[in-house]
Amino acid sequence: MMKANDRPGLSLSGIVIRLDGKRLIDLSATVLPGEVLTVMGPSGSGKSTLLSFIGGFLDPAFQAEGEVSIDGTNLLNLPPEARRAGILFQDPLLFPHMSVGANVAFAIPPDVSGRKQRRRIGSAILAEMDLQGFEARDPATLSGGQKVRVALARVLISRPRLLLLDEPFSKLDTDLRVQMRDLVFVRARDAGLPVILVTHDEADAEAAGGLVYRIDAEGKSHG
Amino acid sequence: MSDHSPAQKRTTGSGTAFFARSAVLITVALLVLPITFGLLGTLLPAFGYLPVLGGNALGLETFRSLFATPGLAHAAVLSFATGLAATAISLVVTMLFMASFAGTPVMTRLQHLISPLLAVPHAAAAFGLAFLIAPSGYLIRFVAPLAGIDRPPDILIPHDPLGLAMIAGLVAKETPFLFLVTLAALPQVDLIASRRLAASFGYGRIAGFLYLLWPALYRQIRFAVYAVIAYSSSVVDVAVILGPNLPGTLATRLVQWMNDPDLSARFLASAGALVQLTVTVGAILVWYGLEHLGSKLLRFARDHGYRLATDALLRRFSALMIGIIGVTVFAGLGILAIWSVAGLWQFPDLLPESLTLRSWQNALPRVLDPLRTTLVTGLGSTLAAIVLTIGCLERETQTGRAGGERGLLILYMPLIVPQITFVFGLQLLFIGSGSPYRYAALILVHLVFVLPYVFLSLADPWRALDRRYEIVATALGRSRLSVLLSIRLPMLIRPILTACAVGFAVSVGQYLPTLLIGEGRLQTVTTEAVALASGNNRRVIGVYALLQTLLPFIAFSLAAFLPAMLHRKRREMRV
Repeated sequence: MMKANDRPGLSLSGIVIRLDGKRLIDLSATVLPGEVLTVMGPSGSGKSTLLSFIGGFLDPAFQAEGEVSIDGTNLLNLPPEARRAGILFQDPLLFPHMSVGANVAFAIPPDVSGRKQRRRIGSAILAEMDLQGFEARDPATLSGGQKVRVALARVLISRPRLLLLDEPFSKLDTDLRVQMRDLVFVRARDAGLPVILVTHDEADAEAAGGLVYRIDAEGKSHG
Repeated sequence: MSDHSPAQKRTTGSGTAFFARSAVLITVALLVLPITFGLLGTLLPAFGYLPVLGGNALGLETFRSLFATPGLAHAAVLSFATGLAATAISLVVTMLFMASFAGTPVMTRLQHLISPLLAVPHAAAAFGLAFLIAPSGYLIRFVAPLAGIDRPPDILIPHDPLGLAMIAGLVAKETPFLFLVTLAALPQVDLIASRRLAASFGYGRIAGFLYLLWPALYRQIRFAVYAVIAYSSSVVDVAVILGPNLPGTLATRLVQWMNDPDLSARFLASAGALVQLTVTVGAILVWYGLEHLGSKLLRFARDHGYRLATDALLRRFSALMIGIIGVTVFAGLGILAIWSVAGLWQFPDLLPESLTLRSWQNALPRVLDPLRTTLVTGLGSTLAAIVLTIGCLERETQTGRAGGERGLLILYMPLIVPQITFVFGLQLLFIGSGSPYRYAALILVHLVFVLPYVFLSLADPWRALDRRYEIVATALGRSRLSVLLSIRLPMLIRPILTACAVGFAVSVGQYLPTLLIGEGRLQTVTTEAVALASGNNRRVIGVYALLQTLLPFIAFSLAAFLPAMLHRKRREMRV
């Protein structure tokens, strides 16, 4: 049974993820609002399965146990769409059949009613990302950096409880990577979101500045 | 420890999950039940049981009179041999061409020639071929001035007693089918690396491909090959148009009995349908033996290290065959078009003396009714098929489990069990039930054949969509239904519409099920066209066959045009 837990932030306790009996992940940690937990490991180590598990998208081939709670709410009891665990992947994954504005509007929570109101806050977040007037643009026509900023705007406007970052900077070139990294971390801190960052880039971990867990061959993590 | 499987979380209490689960159930029922009950409906009368027609006692009487029918063995052998021959030729041509050109520009170019062939209904392609090779057909007109021929020679083509014209007609339609099925399986093997590897060891292109890739590819397309055997050994429309007449193939003989005004012939037809089933199953079993022989030979050649390095001639031959098939079907359609507007057209003129719309004007008032039936049946069955297919694939997405080999076999069942053997049983059941819902029955029976094609057409693009789009959308707080409706389906709009076009084309092309379930009271463009085969009025045949081709063509054009329209401002959606 899950104990009520009023501590703010994200609490991961006794998380173990296995594939065919082999342990990929084994960790417990607390991530306070605005803090970043970095999970490092070579590609193929299964580090992304941690994010899938928290978000609710773990492939049934994996076996997982443990508890995940945020601000005292047990996440694992909720269906994925109710967890509000915002995800950024390597690729911005803007919906190609929607305009930039529609991409952002898609993420606005349903309690914001009224076309006008929704459009207004959509435009506001785009403006915050230096994307003023981009509403009608085709996502395919944006630059790499602009796409990442739309993806970030989209995830932030959905009012997530936490942020899951799956190597979101690895496909960017060096200059852009630094810029985007700063932008994402600053915005997450401002919004008071606990962040889990999965990466194989040491520089990402350094910039994140929080706890770092390294996955070894047994899936044991080292702080 | 609680079970945190996402599939379970995602499906509890959700309407989408209910829809998906129901779709799977209905689909499996649709694929399995009609075959089961249809075969039963065929089986019982064959042994004398059909109360509606006064048959109450079980016995072997029917078989005794069946086997006493003159020419039955000949008809069965003809069906068996033409079916196997057509399949073997189609597969060998496909295999050689793939081995020679998969991954090359030649392939890309010919692919565009071949793909549309799939949409051409069998009957229309057969008519086109008939008009090409008949004694007064186009080929002879070409050589007539040179050879000094001034009247059509007296030879029996089409309808030659060996069924060669019929085999040609089947090859022209089944090769494109196998070609496209193989093409769809191709991404699953490592083409480029294998080709390089084989070449570096000095193997010819064809040998390298056959040794390294063909066994895996063949495993993927096996059911499709069995479907071709079943189709070719039991086909009716192509046999009526191109096949031997007197005596005809087994299937054409069965149809005569099924439509005999003397209802007691239905008993004979039932028993005959079982013979047809035996013939087709026999052909598949013989093929199975051939598969083993082929794989032994291939291994023998491989283990002896035969390089077959000089295969340029064979490669050119395979391209030539594919080219001939494409040109034949298109030329046939062209000739149908000319005939449909021909005024006086004497042998051996290459073009008619005058053009007229009279054939169209005469045919149109009569064609409106069949046209409406064709459209309603085609649209109805396609719509049902696409909804069910989306449901099944959605179930697959939710559970993360595909149907596997067994699911694939169930999908192919209606294509592998010969239509004539179970649709006839369905007809008897329908008559027996006294149901007034003939239209619904027709759409339902079409659905049985449309569904596999729609599913096979949509499955690969569905599975290929990057799952992360849906993960992102769900994480943004959207329900499964919302993700399905606003992300997955719009992103897959092009393959969905293509699958619909495929389904519609399949429905339009259905001859036998329409004939049997429609019972002359519901006619489609296809049943009308095939009925014209004996009449030999080329102008009218031209009109009907062209209409029959036009409908799938329009469907495919819409499938190509609509997404481009919808997404004209979205660059990544244009491909």
